[in-house]
Amino acid sequence: MNTFPLISTVVFLPLLGVGVLLVLDRQREAAAKHVAFAVSVLTFLLSLQLYREFELNVPGMQFVEQKAWIPGYGIQYHVGVDGISLLLVLLTTFLTAIAILSSYTAITTSVKEYMICMLLLETGMLGVFVALDLVLFYIFWEGMLIPMYFLIGIWGGPRRIYATLKFFLYTMAGGVLMLVAIIVLYYLNAGRPGGEFTFDLLKIYGLQLPFATQAWLFLAFAVAFAIKVPMFPFHTWLPDAHVEAPTAGSVILAGVLLKMGTYGFLRFALPLFPEATRYFTPLFAWLAIIGILYGALVSMVQPDLKKLVAYSSVSHLGFVMLGIFALTIQGLEGGILQMINHGLSTGALFLIVGMIYERRHTRMIQDFGGLARVIPVFTACFMIVTLSSIGLPGLNGFVGEFLILLGTFRVHRLYAVLATIGVILAAVYMLWMFQRVMFGGVTHDENRRLNDLTPREIAVLVPVLLGIIWIGIYPRPFLAVTEASVKQLLAQVHVRYQAEAEDVTPTTQQEGKKLIADRFAERRHAR
Amino acid sequence: MPGSLPLISWGPLLPMLVVTGTGLLILVLDPFTLPAHRNRLGVISLLGVVAAVATVLAEWGQPEVIFGGMLAADAFGQFFSLVFLLVAGLTLLISMPYVQRAGMNYGEYYALLLFSTLGMMVMANSLDLITIFLGLETLSISLYILAGFLRDQLKSNESALKYLLLGAFASGFVLYGIALVYGACGSTHLRQVAEAVSAGRVSSPTLLILGMGLLIIGFGFKVASVPFHMWTPDVYEGAPTSVTAFMIAGTKAAAFAAFLRILMTALPVLQADWSRVLWVLAVLTMTVGNVVAIAQTNIKRMLAYSSIAHAGYILVALVAASTLGSGSVLFYLVAYTFMNLGAFAVVIALSRREAERVTIDEYAGLGLKYPFLGAAMSLFMFSLAGIPPTAGFMGKFYIFSAAIQAKYIGLAIIGVLNSVISVYYYLRVTVVMYMGQGEAEPRADRLSPALTLAVIIAIIGTLQLGLFPSRFLEVALRSVGALLG
Repeated sequence: MNTFPLISTVVFLPLLGVGVLLVLDRQREAAAKHVAFAVSVLTFLLSLQLYREFELNVPGMQFVEQKAWIPGYGIQYHVGVDGISLLLVLLTTFLTAIAILSSYTAITTSVKEYMICMLLLETGMLGVFVALDLVLFYIFWEGMLIPMYFLIGIWGGPRRIYATLKFFLYTMAGGVLMLVAIIVLYYLNAGRPGGEFTFDLLKIYGLQLPFATQAWLFLAFAVAFAIKVPMFPFHTWLPDAHVEAPTAGSVILAGVLLKMGTYGFLRFALPLFPEATRYFTPLFAWLAIIGILYGALVSMVQPDLKKLVAYSSVSHLGFVMLGIFALTIQGLEGGILQMINHGLSTGALFLIVGMIYERRHTRMIQDFGGLARVIPVFTACFMIVTLSSIGLPGLNGFVGEFLILLGTFRVHRLYAVLATIGVILAAVYMLWMFQRVMFGGVTHDENRRLNDLTPREIAVLVPVLLGIIWIGIYPRPFLAVTEASVKQLLAQVHVRYQAEAEDVTPTTQQEGKKLIADRFAERRHAR
Repeated sequence: MPGSLPLISWGPLLPMLVVTGTGLLILVLDPFTLPAHRNRLGVISLLGVVAAVATVLAEWGQPEVIFGGMLAADAFGQFFSLVFLLVAGLTLLISMPYVQRAGMNYGEYYALLLFSTLGMMVMANSLDLITIFLGLETLSISLYILAGFLRDQLKSNESALKYLLLGAFASGFVLYGIALVYGACGSTHLRQVAEAVSAGRVSSPTLLILGMGLLIIGFGFKVASVPFHMWTPDVYEGAPTSVTAFMIAGTKAAAFAAFLRILMTALPVLQADWSRVLWVLAVLTMTVGNVVAIAQTNIKRMLAYSSIAHAGYILVALVAASTLGSGSVLFYLVAYTFMNLGAFAVVIALSRREAERVTIDEYAGLGLKYPFLGAAMSLFMFSLAGIPPTAGFMGKFYIFSAAIQAKYIGLAIIGVLNSVISVYYYLRVTVVMYMGQGEAEPRADRLSPALTLAVIIAIIGTLQLGLFPSRFLEVALRSVGALLG
């Protein structure tokens, strides 16, 4: 073990970039872009080092840094990553670099301030994923709202102010209830025999609470996270925010910010309140399924490309939530992988919509048609991303959705069946949209003169496409990273459950398959 | 018996003497100073404030009670002395450019500012109801004049008159409350009152309860808690902006200092009773302040209602009635000083040459035009809204954890939901500044160095308390030890 504070370096390197930008002259816009991009690439490369040094078979936290911060209150600067957060850290650093590169031409006003917001946002998001102290987590969680608020509000579309305020207020409303719950947890933890005054998440994990307390605290956390995900019925801020945000903002919003909600469930709500989690599982599974179907149905009728992608996020995140609340190893691994997949696919979709918007200054499906002949390279990229979003085998979406459905099927068949309808609907709305935009005759004369992708745009899309194909063909490295941590998480949630020997949680996929086979055999015997 | 002077320890008196002396010196120098050079009087006042800070720090950690408890420079009092001197110092910095432009650059302005600071210090450094009342009056009377300092403006006149009438009314309540408490307990000394109450040596419990009720009403006026807040928006809107800044931070801190002392030192036995009353006041104050602030278009009125809401948050900490609760009051008041005075400094810095910007809409587009002031204003607004990583967040965090520790979880939930409401109107300032389209107008004059310094101090304070609050909280918690001691 070396003692180099790798995580802190990754988290705060963007802040250093902010410092450089602050002293940069406002007129030198090109320099501001390059500085921001260079810093984000450097951050990404450093975060790869995390992946390289990561020990696969260690389920707990790695690269842990722990320093007293507000000792009088037991608040620490305590960070670390495990298999669940590592992938999200990588996704964040990767997408931020992509998003910054994608905004080279899209942002024309106040470039310096824009880049400062992007880098601040990166620090905030990374902090959320690595924080292991509840207060530290909360500070990053709320603090990150500020740069996002400015990104939507200053560089967004016509209704940006409404959208950004709605985004801010929704998230904050959920957040403050979580804050109360955090403080309650703190005093409960201090009050138990041998308890100490600490906000250290790993220590509070050991707290055993009566069911009623768990239920309230779980709900307080869950509402905060559900708003962020967003789960039906808390999703209404999302389409507004997405439609008004600048392209890079949408990429980050869909790619990373929504994952904070699902990550919150994994890191906090589930392991802290295992009994409440199991009690509320049906509720959240049903909300997830409603989200899947509702998001898909609403996507189908959207005339605006960006809104369509936004609602498809509601549907996709429903899958993630379903996988998580299946509380099986496949469901959870699939859920985590699907978080990454959604970040890549939807991020890419937003990039593509942004690119077409830069050319035509419209996002209405009816304004397009027959683009395939005019801009073939663009079409090819769009096609791959569309298929990945649908979940075509061989691309990333398939792996995640399949694992989720498998994991769900094992515990509740009806959920899996209903969710599968969502997969079909996804194919309907995505392919129908693709057909209307890309195929057929060219319906608008303006579309005949469109330019194909520039080298910079290709450079933006290709890394994402590579990721999409890589996960589709060989997901093993990604699943391997999460496996140990997911098992530990399941053990935390099921700890008392297993003692009752009611349901045996299989720990490997082989066992899972065997279990399914056994169940089927039982059924046949019964008949 | 031959008369002999009692031995007086001058240490605790020194800061007050320095402030008074500076104020008197300014009155003497004023006639000999050319109008163009009156800013020098401001500089002298500032030096006086710095000297006073030095005398407080020299006595730091050596609590001393003199004149039989009439004055008590204990840790609590010393802490508040520093807070008031900070408020006074920042106010002086933002006053110097302001009074010149507003045409009210008279020596009396600085002298009155110092005298009201003296009043605050007396209020916080006393263990006796009578001295507290004296401090309160010194503070108030100076402020009545300051509020009306813009003599030829109707709004300023209105402000002064309203403040005078309602302030006198509130003082009446306080005085009557003191009288009743004295009647019940036979003393105005806080410790002796406490002893009498806990030993059951109260002539009439009804009198005591009535007295306590009147004191709560009186201080409710002074801290601007609902339903005693009606004067606040008009007074704060009409008064000269620098005076508003001073009142919004200073008066509130002084009133809470005395309030804390009376409740925690003299009436701890009745805690169950006053906590119940303050619970209601806190909820009303937070909610009314925040909800009404949403509808404001004038920035000073908005900040006035926001100050009502903040009084509500601080009342939450009073309800908790614990060391942590009292400590969080101290912490919050300092955080509140930085962010509020910072915001007012920006308001003054962004004034047009001919007039101030009155409505929030007049700030349209200034955020990107003046990047430094825009960023500073955003920081103060986020801090007022309680969003991390700022002082405002840490303050709220401590207050609500004190409430939760004392098992007032419902109150904490009402509090945090209120801070969500407040986000809306604080953010509107940044929305207008960054996302609105401003009219083309000539750039303002260069920022005066005094204002720049004030803004920078406020920024550093806001971030320091937000990011590294640890040492500061320890000082605050140690200071409130004196309350119960």
